[in-house]
Amino acid sequence: MSIQTLTREIFDVKDLNLWYGDHHALKGIYFPIQKKEVTAMIGPSGCGKSTFLKTLNLMNKMIANVKITGEVKFDGQNILHPKTDLVELRKHVGMVFQKGNPFPQSIYDNVAYGPRIHGIKKKTHLDEIVTKALMDVALWDEVKDRLTAPALGLSGGQQQRLCIARALATKPDVLLMDEPTSALDPISTLKIEELIFELKEKYTIVIVTHNMQQAARVSDKTAFFLMGELIELSETSTIFSMPKDSRTEDYITGRFG
Amino acid sequence: MFMNTRSKFDQNLKELKSLQLNMAAEAETAIKNAMLALLNQDIGLASKVMNGDQVIDDLEYDIHEKVLQLIAQQSPVAKDLRRLHVALTVSSEVERLGDIAVNIAKSVVHIGNEKYLKELSEIPKMMEMATEMLTEAITAFYSEDPALAKKCAEKDDQVDEMFGDILKELLTYTPQNPDSTNQIIQLAFVCRSIERIADHSTNIAENVIYLETGKRYNLNA
Repeated sequence: MSIQTLTREIFDVKDLNLWYGDHHALKGIYFPIQKKEVTAMIGPSGCGKSTFLKTLNLMNKMIANVKITGEVKFDGQNILHPKTDLVELRKHVGMVFQKGNPFPQSIYDNVAYGPRIHGIKKKTHLDEIVTKALMDVALWDEVKDRLTAPALGLSGGQQQRLCIARALATKPDVLLMDEPTSALDPISTLKIEELIFELKEKYTIVIVTHNMQQAARVSDKTAFFLMGELIELSETSTIFSMPKDSRTEDYITGRFG
Repeated sequence: MFMNTRSKFDQNLKELKSLQLNMAAEAETAIKNAMLALLNQDIGLASKVMNGDQVIDDLEYDIHEKVLQLIAQQSPVAKDLRRLHVALTVSSEVERLGDIAVNIAKSVVHIGNEKYLKELSEIPKMMEMATEMLTEAITAFYSEDPALAKKCAEKDDQVDEMFGDILKELLTYTPQNPDSTNQIIQLAFVCRSIERIADHSTNIAENVIYLETGKRYNLNA
């Protein structure tokens, strides 16, 4: 085991700045992320929380005119280094989006997609991975009899859980979630939130949410972003009871946003 | 972008505060009337205090209902949540103040027209101190002023001391005045009630500080 894996921080972000062209979207962010914790990011639209999330697996490197400076250490390695292997990084840092976006393939093939890309061909091995991932997201009992059916036939909530299973199939260390329940009904939302709570045992989860009650319910730490700055990062219980910064209090109590 | 997005909630909080102030004013009046009734041996006024307690109880019920409704509908956090918690706690304190006014009024009725053994002099001083604390606690609550809340609570020890002294004095009357035992006991009850007014005022003051700072202080200690 390396020294890095012994520390509690899986990500250590220092003086991170990001520009989309002339727009300074992230301003001098310092942000340690602890292993096997749920970290929630809140803030008004355009505050930089999704941009920050996407920096953690360099999704925003695909956007033209993006400039990133500073340091984003993942397990001790600065991923902003030009030689970072993006495929390898994203194997460790998976992502789930706002709306379930399964591939137009079978349920099975959706989950097996990642492992296949990473070279796993043996059917029994793939079966094992798919079963485990679907069990991890509590979808197995609902779909075990129709693994070859099209994934797009599932309900919205099931599609989102399938996408989480797809992300888990590559055995990531970190799961990034960008408003994972904003398109779901309350019951499906509750299922995903319970899932987040269970997944925390094995994974580090970073979640962007517009639903403050959701942040309060599921996360250990909460970060408040405003106009590209990280205003406050604290224990969730502190943020929602006695935030240190008056801007955080104004936001969570709905005085602006 | 710093647009106010919670005008309805703010309006509801204003209505809640107005209910709380009505309730506090009712209790303050009841306490003052009970004390006046004691000083003037005015049984009519004492009865009025006893009959008026239902208004205070009803206001407590209204406040609790409104708070629960706001918690359910607004999911309050931070100071909003403390404000609603404080509304529940303070309304219970004020309800107890109403009961104390009734207890004093009952003692007035029990003493009836029997002449006081000695002109009341120390009890009115203790009353004055306790009502001053009550007024300060309510003002501090109204203006959300932790400094005034602290100032109010500082007087609690003096009221406790007065209570001890008066009680000792009352006990000295017992052997020589066996026919007036009832009066002596009722006056001791009244003093105990006044001492409780100071305690409840201090509790209200503690809540004002909690609302503003999020920290719990035991000002009674």
